[in-house]
Amino acid sequence: MAQEDTLDPGTDPRLLLLDDRDNVLVVRARLCAGETVQVSGGAVSVAADVPLGHKIARRDIMPGTKIFKYGAPIGSTTTLIRTGEHAHVHNIKSDYTPTYSLEGEAARYGEAP
Amino acid sequence: MTMQGYLRADGRKGIRNTVVIAYLVECAHHVAREVAMPFRDSDVHVIGFPGCYPNSYAETMMERLCTHPNVGAVLLVSLGCESFNKYKLAHLIRESGRAVHTIVIQSTGGTRKSIGEGQAFVAEQRAALDDMATVPMEASDLIIGTVCGGSDGTSGITGNPAAGRAFDLLVQQGAACIFEETGELIGCEHIMASRAITASLGLELEASVAKAAKYYATLGYGSFAAGNAEGGLTTIEEKSMGAYAKSGASPISGLIKPGDIPPRGGLYLLDVVPDGEVRFGFPNINDNAEIAELIACGSHAVLFVTGRGSVVGSAISPVIKICANPETYRRMADDMDVNAGRILEGAGTLDEVGREIRDVVLNLAAGGRTKSEELGHQEFVLTYKTFAPIGPACLPGG
Repeated sequence: MAQEDTLDPGTDPRLLLLDDRDNVLVVRARLCAGETVQVSGGAVSVAADVPLGHKIARRDIMPGTKIFKYGAPIGSTTTLIRTGEHAHVHNIKSDYTPTYSLEGEAARYGEAP
Repeated sequence: MTMQGYLRADGRKGIRNTVVIAYLVECAHHVAREVAMPFRDSDVHVIGFPGCYPNSYAETMMERLCTHPNVGAVLLVSLGCESFNKYKLAHLIRESGRAVHTIVIQSTGGTRKSIGEGQAFVAEQRAALDDMATVPMEASDLIIGTVCGGSDGTSGITGNPAAGRAFDLLVQQGAACIFEETGELIGCEHIMASRAITASLGLELEASVAKAAKYYATLGYGSFAAGNAEGGLTTIEEKSMGAYAKSGASPISGLIKPGDIPPRGGLYLLDVVPDGEVRFGFPNINDNAEIAELIACGSHAVLFVTGRGSVVGSAISPVIKICANPETYRRMADDMDVNAGRILEGAGTLDEVGREIRDVVLNLAAGGRTKSEELGHQEFVLTYKTFAPIGPACLPGG
């Protein structure tokens, strides 16, 4: 696991490919809603902000597929993820224990005053 | 840079000369804190065990912490009616060549008298320890732990592998290095086992992760907090792959449990998940419980990699904060010792940051202090757990 920067041909340099076997890319500088980025040779419009350290799909990924990062499986898709789409807790689940997050709670109750 | 340490009777050398005030039940915590108050800027740290009922893990932890090479003298604070074996603890501290004094609040006559008596002892010990001569020290005298906390999607790409490079360098220089949290190695067990120096140790490493997976499955949660997800980590396997990178690339020389001290240089895995049925809840309720265990294994200092931005330090041993996320670093630079996030911005390599971390470690024995020490952080947590002793295959070579 050397994790040296690898550039994916046809992909925006803000997106990091950690291993050739990976089907996700890591965002190393925030992507903003509305901008267009190159992913695997195609132009993709960013639907919502994707923060530093988050992942997007490197290609279309079918439901029930293993997600690979660092060349290793890190979970499975629960739904189709399109190329360039944010890949996270809303479309990936652990193959071990469920992930606990506060996603959606701020919208439900408002920001903590 | 000349490394200097404090030589203890058992031959180990400390990089700090701390007076520890240890409460033996929560009911004595306030008195312990009040005793320490006037000494808050002079290496006097409070640790303790809150429980009233006996627990052999907690007693072992307290014994190892009170006889840690960074500790010069100990004040024990007992209420009087708790179960903790204060007689045995005081005996072991005295046997280790350290000054020790026990205050029993019920015998001394209450809060005010206990605080006065405790402060007199601490002042006297502080003065004596400040006059203690130092001896030369080398990297091979060191035990260094590593932990990650407040992890995010950058931790596994910058901070953790850079800490791993620092571990590789320290192991080459003869130090013992300890990585931990078997619950955050779920999914990495086979690749990790292949690095063990014997096949039977490899099986023990795999078994420790299987134990963690079963323990967390019973609890229904992984070692995964909401902020990990907010920072881009999606699953425990993903967090594990990032956390595993802290171990670097050295062969794995042994598997130890809290309170076991590595017998020689090399890389060791610390198994922090209790043995037997799930009994006392989460293996470690937060990062500081893990840091306390690394220190009980003799760690002189702990590398703490954070992406979201932890601010903690610890009692007894310095905590070096390595920030994996460049945005977090800019926001919280006052708390961070190393900016590993710059790697993401093309301003450094893993090897460069690894060497920087190694130099920060060695400099702690040459006058250097961490940001968390300067800010007065002395967090400490100790709770109930149960462990069986390690098996014979865990430390090949005896």
